[in-house]
Amino acid sequence: MNGLLVLPVAIPLITATLALLFRKSSQLQRWIGVLGMVALLGAVLVLFRDVHNDGIQVLQLGNWAAPFGITLVADMLAMLMLGISAIMGVIIGIYSIFDIDRERERFGYYPLLHILIMGVNGSFLTGDIFNLYVWFEVMLIASFTLLALGNSKNQLQGALKYVFINLFSSLIFLFGVALLYGMTGTLNMADLAVRLPQVENTGLVTTVAMIFLVSFGIKSAIFPLFFWLPASYHTPPVAISAIFGGLLTKVGVYALIRVFTLLFTDASVHNDYLHHILLWVGGFTMVIGVLGAASHMEFRKILSFHIVSQIGYMIMGLAFNTAMGLMGAIFYVLHNILAKSNLFLISGIAQRLLGTFELKKMGGLYKHYPFLAVLFLISAFALAGFPPLSGFWAKLSLVKAGLSLELYVITGVAILVGLLTLFSMTKIWLTAFWGTVPEEVPGHFGKLPLFGAGKLYILVIPVMIIAGMIILVGLNAQPFLELCMTAAEQLLDTSVYIEAVLGPQ
Amino acid sequence: MLTVIALIFIVALVSPWIHKLFGNKSGWVLALLPFGSFLYLASWLPHITAGNVVQQSTPWVSMALFQVDLAFYLDGLSLMFGLIITGIGTFIVLYGSGYLSGDAYLSRFYCAVLLFMGSMLGVVLADNLISIFVFWELTSFTSFILIGFSHEQENSRKAALKALLVTGIGGLALLAGLVLMGFASGHWEVSALLNEGDIIRNHPHYLAILILVLAGAFTKSAQFPFSFWLPGAMAAPTPVSAYLHSATMVKAGVYLLARMNPVLGSTETWLILVGGFGLLTLLVSAWLALSFTDMKQILAYSTVMALGTMIMLIGLGTEMAMKGLAVYILSHAMYKGALFMVAGAVDHEAGTRDVLKLGGLRPLMPISFAAAALAAISMAGIPPLYGFIAKEIVYEAALEAPLWPVLVITLAVIANIAIVAASAIVVIRPFLGKKVETPKKAHEAPLTMWIGPLILAVLGVLFGVLPFLVDRSLMIPVASSVFGAPMDFYLSLWHGFNLPLVLSLLTLTGGILVYLVWDRLRESAPMKVYQSGFAMGPINGYEGLLAGLLGLAGWQTRTIQNGLMSNYLITILVTMLVAVGYTFITRSGLVWNHSFENMLLQEWALSIAILTSLGIILAFRNSRLTMVIGAGVVGFSLALIYLMHGAADLAMTQVLVETLTVILVVLVLIHVPKLIEVRSTTSRIRDAVVAVGAGVLMTLLILAVTAVPFDAFISEYYAEASYPLAHGRNIVNVILVDFRALDTMGEVVVVAIAGLAVYALIKMKRFGSPDDPETEGAAPDGTASKQGKSS
Repeated sequence: MNGLLVLPVAIPLITATLALLFRKSSQLQRWIGVLGMVALLGAVLVLFRDVHNDGIQVLQLGNWAAPFGITLVADMLAMLMLGISAIMGVIIGIYSIFDIDRERERFGYYPLLHILIMGVNGSFLTGDIFNLYVWFEVMLIASFTLLALGNSKNQLQGALKYVFINLFSSLIFLFGVALLYGMTGTLNMADLAVRLPQVENTGLVTTVAMIFLVSFGIKSAIFPLFFWLPASYHTPPVAISAIFGGLLTKVGVYALIRVFTLLFTDASVHNDYLHHILLWVGGFTMVIGVLGAASHMEFRKILSFHIVSQIGYMIMGLAFNTAMGLMGAIFYVLHNILAKSNLFLISGIAQRLLGTFELKKMGGLYKHYPFLAVLFLISAFALAGFPPLSGFWAKLSLVKAGLSLELYVITGVAILVGLLTLFSMTKIWLTAFWGTVPEEVPGHFGKLPLFGAGKLYILVIPVMIIAGMIILVGLNAQPFLELCMTAAEQLLDTSVYIEAVLGPQ
Repeated sequence: MLTVIALIFIVALVSPWIHKLFGNKSGWVLALLPFGSFLYLASWLPHITAGNVVQQSTPWVSMALFQVDLAFYLDGLSLMFGLIITGIGTFIVLYGSGYLSGDAYLSRFYCAVLLFMGSMLGVVLADNLISIFVFWELTSFTSFILIGFSHEQENSRKAALKALLVTGIGGLALLAGLVLMGFASGHWEVSALLNEGDIIRNHPHYLAILILVLAGAFTKSAQFPFSFWLPGAMAAPTPVSAYLHSATMVKAGVYLLARMNPVLGSTETWLILVGGFGLLTLLVSAWLALSFTDMKQILAYSTVMALGTMIMLIGLGTEMAMKGLAVYILSHAMYKGALFMVAGAVDHEAGTRDVLKLGGLRPLMPISFAAAALAAISMAGIPPLYGFIAKEIVYEAALEAPLWPVLVITLAVIANIAIVAASAIVVIRPFLGKKVETPKKAHEAPLTMWIGPLILAVLGVLFGVLPFLVDRSLMIPVASSVFGAPMDFYLSLWHGFNLPLVLSLLTLTGGILVYLVWDRLRESAPMKVYQSGFAMGPINGYEGLLAGLLGLAGWQTRTIQNGLMSNYLITILVTMLVAVGYTFITRSGLVWNHSFENMLLQEWALSIAILTSLGIILAFRNSRLTMVIGAGVVGFSLALIYLMHGAADLAMTQVLVETLTVILVVLVLIHVPKLIEVRSTTSRIRDAVVAVGAGVLMTLLILAVTAVPFDAFISEYYAEASYPLAHGRNIVNVILVDFRALDTMGEVVVVAIAGLAVYALIKMKRFGSPDDPETEGAAPDGTASKQGKSS
């Protein structure tokens, strides 16, 4: 039992409550926001040390032994996700100080942001399938409100599609939970992992797995269920786009990884059917997403479609179902959160300088803001998997995993999609950065320095931090790959998780 | 060696500050870096000459399943490339400081060029397959940045993209090939692979590996039909063209194939593919050079021709071919580097590179002329220059070709005739003849810009006259590395009166004749057709492919992401129906062991009530009020079902929620406009089918699941533990606030946030800037109010 496990949920809740109490004071809220995120990061780091040294940490809430109460479980995968979520929290906390207007601050931006993080963290930590549903609800209501906050027409349009489709996903999820409960009489995931293999009708277990694939598939925006994402992610303020684009869809991916390695495994499903389907889904998601990105000319829409495409890579790694594949998938998730969020954050700075997100009306950033250009290059080429940046290791692990399984077609598709990713990144580079300065630009363009008056540095410093991390992970990949490998090995050997939760079997 | 490469990268990154510190002299300061690296590499020369190799390795990632070392391997081949990269690199840094002097981007040039140098050095020194790829990609990246140097010009940007995509796709193929090679052999170090060639060659994946590696090498080294990006890359400033796109980067593919020759080579497939592509490239591009008047374009196509020659030699794989390869690479790097730099100097001083607009520059630019003349003579293969020796051996190798020697030598001679003419054009036209009025008043280039070409050109003479300077020390180790076995030879100018010499004379004569008729030839119709076919053809192919891809992407996105909510929902539902339904039917099958005999009358009645109210909703779908009432009936029926099964508290909650919902919705409805049905009959039928399908599927699933015997151990535990342990008599309450308190807390948060959301959405003032993208799809979107519209 490790009491620290409540902190990743409790700290954001407390922070949100405090921020709500002081919602009249923007200044105070900003401080509370950043401090809350830093406290969260600290707690996660302490917990991380425990998991790293002593293995999976468990907390039985209310001291009710599993499977009767709700269990929080921190394995390496959960910790890596928590870690990246806390880092993004700090980054977004700082970026928001400048990016978010007073009106939004007055109407609960900070409480909503922290509740969102609370939901995300709860999803990572919970060891109970119904509790996961609850955290999804928390995330959904917080994210919907963040999307809609501001009430502009396109925001509401996007937010409505977002909320309807995601509610539908929750409905399917709940139905799946009910079926699982009907078959096993339990909701605790470790207990489910024990009981599902005992269900005689394995076909029914496979069917329920498909229900979860559809539900979490909607959440993580896979083909053909991704519509809500490109419809909504480009509408809110950049800080929100970044946390959504970076973090939120990955919660769906996390849930997929969790249920397809813990619940619907070879032991309970007995064949490769699900992995074949995941492979197809991954392939189509990659291709359709990247083509969507290629067809757009708006900074944030390109990024949004890329999210879809890159989810495909993660699904592919999951479908490989080997240590290498899972390691690649997990590494890909972590790297992608960094690179993708950073690109969104950069789009925000570019928009402040040029007054638009439309690439056709952008230009001159390389000429006047070379440092910003370098930051963009780092993030964009990392996203495309260029060495020696973080994305390279993600790509390399997946390529190696695919080739070692002799799955040539999907690996080939993954490689080609990498080139198309590069293509759509260069589209932004060739116009917004290399293009000539457009005729109509805000008066401050070229004069406003990144560091100095105008306080743009509040936006630039978070971007610098992430870019530094991308380089660090790229140059010194070993410890990060090892952590992902530990996570993958824990996933493949479910007995460790089960014993941690239920005690020796 | 890692230290050297790391040092180059670090200096590259701080070069803008070095430039600031030293101002005009920064070129000289920064040139010390490649020069120092050159000296370092040269210091290994005696060691290599003695037949040794140098191996250094630093682990980068070292895990059970994942091993990548920063391993380096220095033998004859990598040493020669290393010396070319650092040696010419020294001159390029100097040259760049003169060529771009006063340019605001000079520091960016230094930075990118040094980054490139480090990467390129990495490519040729790396031993580990993965680290080769790492540096390989870095050269593509830096090349992209450098080609787009004049980024405000559209064609620079396009050329940069073209180069990045072509070399990028090749690089990705290479990655796959290298990984397959590693899997096939179990070795990830080239040095280990060199002795394991048979394993790879006999492996079932040999052909795949070969094609993938060739894809990487051919795109990088501009083999036909992938050569089109290279002439486009001439949009870069001349120092970049001279360095990347002539002397070094484009030879990465040559290097790779030479390196892999002992591993992948000496098969018939290798001979046909590598030799064939090389031969085709050298023939096609040599004559294309004559269809241009821009000095850089002429040189670019002659570079492609040279690359083709090198690739062809690797394909031939004979001892003579290896010898030729070693000499040819060195001589080409020297004369072509020099010629490019002179072309840049002419452009810089006279304001144009078009040979038709130039003439009589010799008295004005005497040193540049001397360098250009010597280099061109070498390129034309005229004794006593080093280029002559190179060409003689190439001819000898062609004559000894293992397959169709007559064809090979004929094509080689035809191509070389064009190169002789091209050599003449780039020197005689600009420097000799009548003085022509040029856009700028020409004068000699500054020292930084002529010192490099002059030294390179003089070296060409020196090595030609005194070939023993390099043959034993460097050429033999190079040829041996590529051949994969020790070789021994010496070089000399005079080979006796033999067939290659006759062919050389023939080539020279032919070249001079072609030069004399060049003006007419260039303007002739066949030449135009030739140019549009072979130069423009691949470019059009590339652009067509790109446009097609974008078209497909646009069409796909418009179709899928069309902005219509109803389409989205229908797609999701159908996906679920198909995925879940198909799995259910094929994997599990229907489970039907329920008996309905024990169903009570009231249960039948309720079921009928629910179904009827659903029918009412469907029938009166135009009236919102009827729909609400129908939904209400369903909800209250559910409450009754709870009640019948003994869940009185649940039933009560349901009744309360249902009552409130109906009342609230009806109140809201008063303010909402009348619902108008806009769906066509077809889409209504479609919707009905999907809806009924979803309902039926769920019902069948529940029937199947309830057939599994239910283990109520958790409920039983709650019943037992509720009072003694949790001190609560109401089990539901205890579940909510104790057993599963976290769920409740989460739901409380949801409700609180919902309240906040309602408040914010009502009170907050409306945002929205004119720039906001109004729609999400490419097509005008259906707004929330016309959600129903479809088909």
